[in-house]
Amino acid sequence: MQTPGPFEYERATSVDGAIASLVKHDGDARIIAGGHSLLPMMKLRLANPEHLIDINDLTELSYIRREGDEVRIGAMTRHAELMSSELLAEHMPVFRDAEEVIADPVVRNRGTIGGSLCQADAAEDLSAVCAALKAKIVIRGPEGERVVGLDGFYIGPFTTAVGDSDIVTEIRIPLRPNSSSAHEKVERRAGDFAIAAVSAAVWLDGGVISEAGLALSAVGPTTIQVARAEEMLAGKTPSEELFVAAGEIAAADCAPLADGRGTVEYKRHLAGVLSKRALRRATARALHQEEH
Amino acid sequence: MQVTITINGQEVSRDIEPRMLLVHFIRETEGLTGTHWGCDTSNCGACVVLMDGKPVKSCTVLAAMVEGHEISTVESLEVDGQLDPIQQGFHEKHALHCGFCTPGMLITTRALLDENPNPTDHEIRTAISGAICRCTGYKNIVAAVQWAAEHEAATRQEV
Repeated sequence: MQTPGPFEYERATSVDGAIASLVKHDGDARIIAGGHSLLPMMKLRLANPEHLIDINDLTELSYIRREGDEVRIGAMTRHAELMSSELLAEHMPVFRDAEEVIADPVVRNRGTIGGSLCQADAAEDLSAVCAALKAKIVIRGPEGERVVGLDGFYIGPFTTAVGDSDIVTEIRIPLRPNSSSAHEKVERRAGDFAIAAVSAAVWLDGGVISEAGLALSAVGPTTIQVARAEEMLAGKTPSEELFVAAGEIAAADCAPLADGRGTVEYKRHLAGVLSKRALRRATARALHQEEH
Repeated sequence: MQVTITINGQEVSRDIEPRMLLVHFIRETEGLTGTHWGCDTSNCGACVVLMDGKPVKSCTVLAAMVEGHEISTVESLEVDGQLDPIQQGFHEKHALHCGFCTPGMLITTRALLDENPNPTDHEIRTAISGAICRCTGYKNIVAAVQWAAEHEAATRQEV
C-alpha cells in the first residue's frame, strides 16, 4: 500500500494567503493543485512535505482568456478544460493535440497546467507545448510577480525557477496572426508518458516562416527547445525538405537516455520524424490546408 | 483533522489523518467496498468515483481535498433494487469476468453517458482508456455501454 508520509493540510483561500503560508513554513511546505504529480511522488516518498497547501478552491486561477495580443491561462486550469477550449483549438491547436494524449480522460479531470509545468518532468507534454509557443510563466512570490520564459523556467530535471515561497499563477502565450501549431507523440500504450514527443509552432509572413518554435519531450534531462532548428527555419519558405532538415537538427541536438521505452538511436529517430511531422502539420494548419 | 463529505447523498463528518487517500476513506472509514483499490498509481481505473459528477481516480485524491464536495460511488447506481441501465448493460452483454475493474468501469461509463448519451464505439474506448480490464478484451464492455445508451434513449422516448 502506498501512502504519503504524514503532513499537515490546509486550504488556501487566496493566492497571497498561500504565499504567506509558504513563507511561514520556510521550505517545508508544498502547493497541491490537481495532485496527479505530487501525490504519486509523495506515495513513493520522493517528496516529503511537512505541510500541504491545497489551492483547489482558488477558482480565480482557473481561466483561459484572450487579453490583447496574448492568451492567458490560469495555473489551476485543468487538462480537460484545456482540451475543450475552443479559443485554444482555434489559435493554438497544439494544446488539443497534446491533451488528447496526456494520461487519460479521468486523470485530465484533475491535473492542471500549473502543476504539470512545475513538476518539470522532461517527459511531460505541456512543457514542450508552452516552449514551442514561446509562452511566458508568471511566478508570484512574497516580493511580487515576475515573468519568465521557458528557457529561464527549467533549471534541471524536476527543478524550476519557482522558489520555495513562490506560486505559478498564469501562463501567457503570444497571439499572432498567420500562425499555427501541432503536437506529435509516440507512446507505448494509451495514456503513457512519451517515448518521444514534439511540439511545433510556425508564424508565417507572406508564405515565409518568420519564426518557428520546436520543443521536444522525453529525449533529454529537461524539455528541449531546439534553438538551432528554430533559427534555421526562420526566413525560409516551408517545404518537406526544410522540415526534414529541421528534424535532423532535432535528432542531433536531443540527449535521450536508453530505458525501457527505447534505445538512444530509436528516440533520436523519433525526435527527427516527429519534428518533421509536427512542423508539416503546424504549417498546413497555418495555411488553412488542414482542418483544425 | 475533521472532514465533512457528502457520499452517495449522505453527509458524513469524520476525523481522519490528512494523508488518508480518498479510496481508503471510502472503503475503510465508510465501509463502501464496492470501490476497488487497484494499482495505487492512477493507471488502472478500478478506484474511479464521481467527484461533483466528474470521474476521478480516488487513489490520487486526498480525502481532505474532498471536504465540502460530493462523492458518488458504484453503490449509488442501484436504487431500490433497480439497477442502473449501465449495470444492466454489463449484465446483458457479459461485460465482466473477474469483476475487479467493473466498479470503475461502471462509474467511468456512467459519467460518459451523462455527458454524451449517444457515444460512438471510439468515444467509449477513449472514455475507458484510463481503465484497465485484463479479462474481457473490452469488446463486451463497449457493447454494454451501447446497450445502456440504446435503452436510455428508448426510455426517454417513452417519457
